[in-house]
Amino acid sequence: MIAIKNISKWYGEFHVLKQCSTEVSKGEVVVVCGPSGSGKSTLIKCVNGLEAFQEGEILVDGISLSARKTNLPKLRARVGMVFQHFELFPHLTVVQNLTIAQCKVLGRGSREATEKALKLLELVDLAAHAQKFPAHLSGGQQQRVAIARALAMDPIAMLFDEPTSALDPEMIKEVLDVMVKLAEEGMTMMVVTHEMGFAREVADRVIFMDQGQIVEDRTKVDFFNSPGTDRAQQFLSKILSHRAQG
Amino acid sequence: MYAYDWSSIPGALPYLYQGMVRTLQITGVAIALGVVLGTLIAVARLSKNSILSNLAALYVNGFRSVPLVMVLLWFYLLVPQLISSLIGHPGFDIRLLSAFVAFALFEASYYAEIIRAGIQSVSGGQVSASLALGMTGGQTMRLIVLPQAFRRMIPLLLTQAIILFQDTSLVYVIGLAEFFGVAYNTGNRDGTLVELLLFAGAVYFVICFGASMLVRVLQKKFAS
Repeated sequence: MIAIKNISKWYGEFHVLKQCSTEVSKGEVVVVCGPSGSGKSTLIKCVNGLEAFQEGEILVDGISLSARKTNLPKLRARVGMVFQHFELFPHLTVVQNLTIAQCKVLGRGSREATEKALKLLELVDLAAHAQKFPAHLSGGQQQRVAIARALAMDPIAMLFDEPTSALDPEMIKEVLDVMVKLAEEGMTMMVVTHEMGFAREVADRVIFMDQGQIVEDRTKVDFFNSPGTDRAQQFLSKILSHRAQG
Repeated sequence: MYAYDWSSIPGALPYLYQGMVRTLQITGVAIALGVVLGTLIAVARLSKNSILSNLAALYVNGFRSVPLVMVLLWFYLLVPQLISSLIGHPGFDIRLLSAFVAFALFEASYYAEIIRAGIQSVSGGQVSASLALGMTGGQTMRLIVLPQAFRRMIPLLLTQAIILFQDTSLVYVIGLAEFFGVAYNTGNRDGTLVELLLFAGAVYFVICFGASMLVRVLQKKFAS
């Protein structure tokens, strides 16, 4: 579904991504973790072309992102993305947030789009808030709307860029619950997160990044039981012990 | 002591009213065209295409570096010639058209800067979110960025409109009978120039001060 082949990226002199390669198959849930500044967010933004890369190739459903003839907006419409800071459109109501791209990009009629939107709001348990503006919702509610907005496009895969990092602790669970539900329904997902509980529960594979490199790319069981590198070991013990204390 | 003679004002009111209508016409047209053109220029100035952004910068800096009176006179001399060479002698007051054009083009350069700041105040995350949904750059600008930018810009755009309303008095240099011109001419004719100009000043003050208050209320509303 998603194939990342030898991706390299520089910000000026700074080498953000170094020869990263991995794959996400259909129905697979891959969690990407690593210390801040390791390039994990940059990597996931490369997958739908929000960040450009200088070397390598990314294929989404067999289509190369960097090929000149690729229609990037069309490809992006098929890959859902959820951001750390939700990025709901503040001038539109919740239901309009879910319908605007359906109408303008997929060409759906407003009735069909609204029906779809309401169904998805039900799925994330927010049907009662359809007519509100995003500013009147809590962070957890906004993030669930953002997930529903991405799902409204009937994506073939979903990308999550630290979806719970900007949330208060008590709201993290409601967002993770929705993501677990999605994973169990067989959605292909690539998730940048520090939520190791989520990774343990639903991930098929875990990728560990450090200093722009994919250091580990292993099954969940292997990763948690016997991390292959000291760096991953250190990282895990740090965030897990922190969680235990917290 | 100077003896004020207000007696000529009641008789002049119908003319002053017509002058005010003209003033508002020029203001309205200049705002409408200025905002549309200013938006296009702002978008061009932020474009990645360096030719486009340089042209837009040249436009903005050019118009902001010359006095409005001069622009008005240029267009008064330019537009009539252009039009009569294109369609022969027109059957309408060409001074009004030249004033419309001059104000619209001049104000566009000021609106462009306000709108550019507004566009830049919308976060990059909003653009990313819109692009990630498959919207094109143009759709993102039109449906996501500009609506948010304009909401934030309304107080500034209105403040600029108030300045514009006052600046319309400059069209007296091309002999157009707007509010200030009418007051001036009537006062001259009746020998009551001081009274008429005091009265005109009072009217400008009431309208502009009222509008400023409105802007302040709006600002508070948008800040909350």
